[in-house]
Amino acid sequence: MAGLPVGHLSRYYLRPIRIWQRVRCAGPGTFIRKERNLRLNPINPQTEFTRACPRRAARHFVRPVLLFGLLTLLLAAVAFPARAQESPYIVTYDHYLEEPGSLEVEYFSTFGTQRARNDFHAFWAEFEYGATAWWTTELYFDGQTTFNDSTIFTGFRWENRFRLLQREHFINPVLYIEYEQTSGADKILKEVEGHDVEADYADPNAVARREHDHEIETKLLLSKTFNGWNIAENTIATKNVTGGNAWEFGYAIGASRPLALKASAKHCSFCPENFIAGIELYGGLGDRYSFGLHDTSHYLAPVVAWNLPSDWTLRLSPGFGLNDNSHRFLLRWGVSREFSGFGNAISRLFGGRQ
Amino acid sequence: MISKMTTKMTTKMGTLTATTTLTKMGSQSSAAKWIAIAILAIAAGANQAIAQSSDAPHFKKDVYAELSKAPKKAVARRNPLAQDPDAIVAGGKLFEQHCAECHGDMADGGKKGPSLRADEVQQSTPGALFWLLTNGVVRRGMPVWSKLPEPQRWQLVSYIKSLTPAAQPSSNSDKGSHP
Repeated sequence: MAGLPVGHLSRYYLRPIRIWQRVRCAGPGTFIRKERNLRLNPINPQTEFTRACPRRAARHFVRPVLLFGLLTLLLAAVAFPARAQESPYIVTYDHYLEEPGSLEVEYFSTFGTQRARNDFHAFWAEFEYGATAWWTTELYFDGQTTFNDSTIFTGFRWENRFRLLQREHFINPVLYIEYEQTSGADKILKEVEGHDVEADYADPNAVARREHDHEIETKLLLSKTFNGWNIAENTIATKNVTGGNAWEFGYAIGASRPLALKASAKHCSFCPENFIAGIELYGGLGDRYSFGLHDTSHYLAPVVAWNLPSDWTLRLSPGFGLNDNSHRFLLRWGVSREFSGFGNAISRLFGGRQ
Repeated sequence: MISKMTTKMTTKMGTLTATTTLTKMGSQSSAAKWIAIAILAIAAGANQAIAQSSDAPHFKKDVYAELSKAPKKAVARRNPLAQDPDAIVAGGKLFEQHCAECHGDMADGGKKGPSLRADEVQQSTPGALFWLLTNGVVRRGMPVWSKLPEPQRWQLVSYIKSLTPAAQPSSNSDKGSHP
C-alpha cells in the first residue's frame, strides 16, 4: 500500500464496501440506506453513515415505460407496418384521419415541473384506428407518476373524429367527440381547458384520485395545408357530467412544415423530408360563467416529428408555461407505429369475407 | 347494479352480433361498459372498413368515375416535375410507402384499391390525378393525401403515369415495375 499514489489510496479508503441495512422510512415503500465502511480508513474514520431515502418514484417511472415499450414492440413484431406521414402535434389536431383499416399504437410521456410540490411524469397509451376514411376512433389509457409519491392509473378516454366534408376545401372541419372517465390525479395535459391551473395538480395522488370525472369533450378541428405548411386550430368545449359543472372552453393552435417538400429518390433515415417541425400554442378560455383569459394557463411548445423509414415515428416537444398559472416546463415525447391490416384481422375474427 | 348490454351491428358484410354481459358493481361496471362499447365500436368499424374493401370490384367503376369529376382548372394543371428525372423514382418510393397497401405492390389493384394501370387512370391528365390524390374519395375509403406536400403528390403522379397499362405487359422492368 505504501507504494501506491496518494490519490489511489484516497479512492480506495473512501469508497465503502456497501452493506445495506433497509430501515423503513415514514413514507410507504421507501427505505433509509445505511452503509458501513468495513475497510480501515485512516483518512476518514467514519465507518457508518446514512443516505437519503431512494426515491420510490424512480422505480415506478421505469416500470410503466418498460411495460408500454414492450407492448409496443410486441405489436410491432406481429403486425404489418405501413408508413404514414405523421404530424408532429401532440396537443393540436389537424384534419387528417387515420387511414381506413389501420391501427396506430402510440405511447406518449409528459414530464412536468410543479412549483412547491413534486414534479410528475404522466404517460398514456393510445390506440388509434381508422374505421373509415371519414371516421377515426381512439382509445387512451392514462397513468402518472408523481415523484416522491406514487404511480397510478388515472383513467381512460374514448375519442372519435368525424370528417365533415368529403373533399378538401379552403378550411377543413372535423368534429371531435370524446368521453373520458378520469380521476382528479390525471396529469397528461392532453388539452388545457377552463380554469385549469398549475395549482390543480398539487394535491397528493391519494387525495386527487378520490375525485372522479366523467367528461364529454367536443372540439371543432379546423385545418388547412398550403405550400407545405399545415395550420390547425382547435376550439374545445368540455362538460363534466358528474356534477353541475359549467361548460369549459379551451383552444389549441398549431403550425408545422416538413423540412423538405420533395421526396428524395433514395431510402434514407435522415432525409429532411422525414422531419416535420412546428409549434403549438394551447390554453384555457375559462368557462360559461367566466369566459376569458383570467385564471387560465397557456403553453407554447415547439414540436418536431421524425418519420423513420423503419415505420416508426418519434415526436419531441418541450413546452413552456406562458404565465404564473402554468407549469413552468413540460417535456413531451412520443413514439408511435402504424399497422395496416388490423381491420382485416379483426374482421376475420368476426367471420368477415376477404 | 347489474347492467346487461346487447349490441347488434349490421354492416354490408352481414351481421355482427356481440353480447356483453357486465356484472360488476358501481363505477367499475360503468368503466367496463364504456370500454366494451369502445371495443365493439372499433370492431364494427373494422368490419365496415373490410366491407368497403371487399366491395372493391363494385366501386372500381365509381372510383374511376371520380376522375371525371375533377374541375377543368385542375385537369388542365401541368406536372411541374414532368422533366425531373428523379421524380419517377421518388414517386415510386412514396407509392411503396403510402399507396401499395391498397393498390398493390405493382399498382395493379388490391383488396381495397383499384388498379392504377387501368386505361381510365393512364389516360387521365396529370392534373386530374393530382386532384384525386389531393381530395381522395372519402366515402369509398380513399383518404385525402393533401398531407403530403404538393411536390410529393406530383412525384406520385409522375410514377403513376410511368406505369405500363395492364393490357400491355412491360418489356422494360425499370418503367413499369415497383421500385
